[in-house]
Amino acid sequence: MASRTAPAAAPPSSGTGATSGSGSAAGPGARPDLAGRRRRSWRRHRKEHLLFLFLLSPNLLLIGTFEYWPVIYNAYLSLTRWNMLSGAPRWVGLDNYEHLLTSSSFQQVMLNTLFFTGTVVIGSVVLGLALAVLFNQKIKGRGVVRTAAFAPHIVSGAAVATLWLFVFDPNYGLSRVVLDPFGVASPRWVTDSDWALISLIIVYLWKGVGFIAIVYLAGLQSMPEDLYEAAKLDGAGSWTIFRRITLPLLSPVTFFVMVITIIGTFQAYDMIAVMTGGGPGNATTTLSWYIYEQGFQASDAGRGAAGAMILFVILLIVTGLQTKFVQRRVHYR
Amino acid sequence: MSGETPSERSGRREERAPSAQRERSRARPETMSVTEKVSGEAAAGRRQKSRGANDAPMMQRVLLYVALGFVALLFVGPLYWLFSSALKEPSEIYSFPPNWLPSSAHLENFSEAWNAAPFANFFTNSLIVTASGALIKLVNATLTAYAFVFLRFPFKNLIFLVMLGALMVPNNVTLIVNYITVSNLGWVNTYLGLIIPSAGSIFGMFLLRQYMLTLPGDIVEAARVDGAGHMRIMWQVVLPMCKPMLVTVGIIAVVDMWNDFIWPLIVTNTVEMRTLPIGLLYLRTTEGYSNWGAIMAGTVMVALPMLILFLFAQRQIARGLTGGAVKG
Repeated sequence: MASRTAPAAAPPSSGTGATSGSGSAAGPGARPDLAGRRRRSWRRHRKEHLLFLFLLSPNLLLIGTFEYWPVIYNAYLSLTRWNMLSGAPRWVGLDNYEHLLTSSSFQQVMLNTLFFTGTVVIGSVVLGLALAVLFNQKIKGRGVVRTAAFAPHIVSGAAVATLWLFVFDPNYGLSRVVLDPFGVASPRWVTDSDWALISLIIVYLWKGVGFIAIVYLAGLQSMPEDLYEAAKLDGAGSWTIFRRITLPLLSPVTFFVMVITIIGTFQAYDMIAVMTGGGPGNATTTLSWYIYEQGFQASDAGRGAAGAMILFVILLIVTGLQTKFVQRRVHYR
Repeated sequence: MSGETPSERSGRREERAPSAQRERSRARPETMSVTEKVSGEAAAGRRQKSRGANDAPMMQRVLLYVALGFVALLFVGPLYWLFSSALKEPSEIYSFPPNWLPSSAHLENFSEAWNAAPFANFFTNSLIVTASGALIKLVNATLTAYAFVFLRFPFKNLIFLVMLGALMVPNNVTLIVNYITVSNLGWVNTYLGLIIPSAGSIFGMFLLRQYMLTLPGDIVEAARVDGAGHMRIMWQVVLPMCKPMLVTVGIIAVVDMWNDFIWPLIVTNTVEMRTLPIGLLYLRTTEGYSNWGAIMAGTVMVALPMLILFLFAQRQIARGLTGGAVKG
């Protein structure tokens, strides 16, 4: 064993090579000349390189074709006009962007997006943190409730939205049952343009906030205990401790939560499709729904692609800010 | 602070013991999942509670339980509404105030939903797409992660970062172009079109790579010394050690594929090729708002498989989804 280990252990500088057979090839006591060793190791590496490529290629091909190529081609499409059915994209320069940035209906779309995403982000942070603090108390039954709150997150958005359509039914839904004792008539949630976007926000929060709570809970439970004790020694009250220690220490988690929530609201196609279809009018047409509508209902690939580019840039800015902020402000070990 | 009573001082000393426990539990390797950490902490908390059960004032505890009850109602209420409505007769559904308990299990709702829309097709399609999609994803994740951890290649870390960068590409941007690509390949309205575009694995690859990096290197080294090739090392040494993470990555892939909505919506164009979430939309539009019992039954059929999976694998799901949340 020892005689075989020695030559095999020599290459570890070259790390993880497939050493099968190399031990006997080197031969006991034979001092391989440098060129020969390099040639052999090159050959050995070539085998390893080929294996690397072989293992990587399916995933690389898929990611290249369905993740990176779309970014490039989408950027090109956004500068063209094309109905996706026949002919070829026709170059129109910045026309699509000009149309988007000057049309009032697109302004409505951006306002809807801002309101939907903004409210959901704030709601997720506030309610998610509140739930996490609750789940972090030593009370009986918190595990069961935590599970119940987390469960909707992994249920299909289409199913959750369909359930809530019935909950929101003004005549026979749960919302009437809940509001009736207060003498309040249930609004016509999804068919009233004043309430439709709010309905979407409620459903999104109901589905997602339990998961956000789990993320915050993990953050809360990795807090350095000694800081708390020092603060208590200094006579700080629990609210001061929460505001001055817990919240700042949680800021990287908060930024993570904000980014995944923003991305999540951009993917909420299922809820919009089932509950409102972007309506009434365009009251619930968000940027992502607009992309779908332009691309697949109006068959206007150029405008859809331009909308997608705008969304992409927004997301890049948000993620960039997060990375910068977290790099500067991560305090805890 | 000098005027503290002895009892206060001893109370603090008692609190310090579990915190030391916490220190130790935190010192475990970072491969430990968030949920494992949660349960470890919960245990520490329980120990602490048994010592200081009377610390929190009565009033505060009551308020906490009220809050917990309210939250429970908030989340269980709609779910109960779903399941009970799926079992109610039409007359019970259209009554106000509602019957909280269905008078009998009215299973006809399910057969009605099943007949109103081709649910047999939806189920078959969802099963095929989910099973094969998740499997390909898992294989991709495994092979790529293994290559990045155990094989040499020039600039492999750069290649890894480039692949990871695809996480930044939102599906809104890929939607239109992927549809064009798939239709050029002639895959519109086929299983290939449903599966292949989402069969690449980025996040799963990332999770598995991070996990493999923490494996004890000498075991792999020993296998290599014994003359095992890479394929054997992967199968017999590395993968068995990665089992927990493989399960996590697999389950997340299953949930993603099952729930996917927008891609199956655009890439299929006949009712028979729809998957369950799209089928539910179809059921709702055919039934309108007139038959909530059947629609809720259809909703149960879409939601229940994932709920069951969730009950069995909550831990793995939490670990997969929160991966990278706390430790960056």
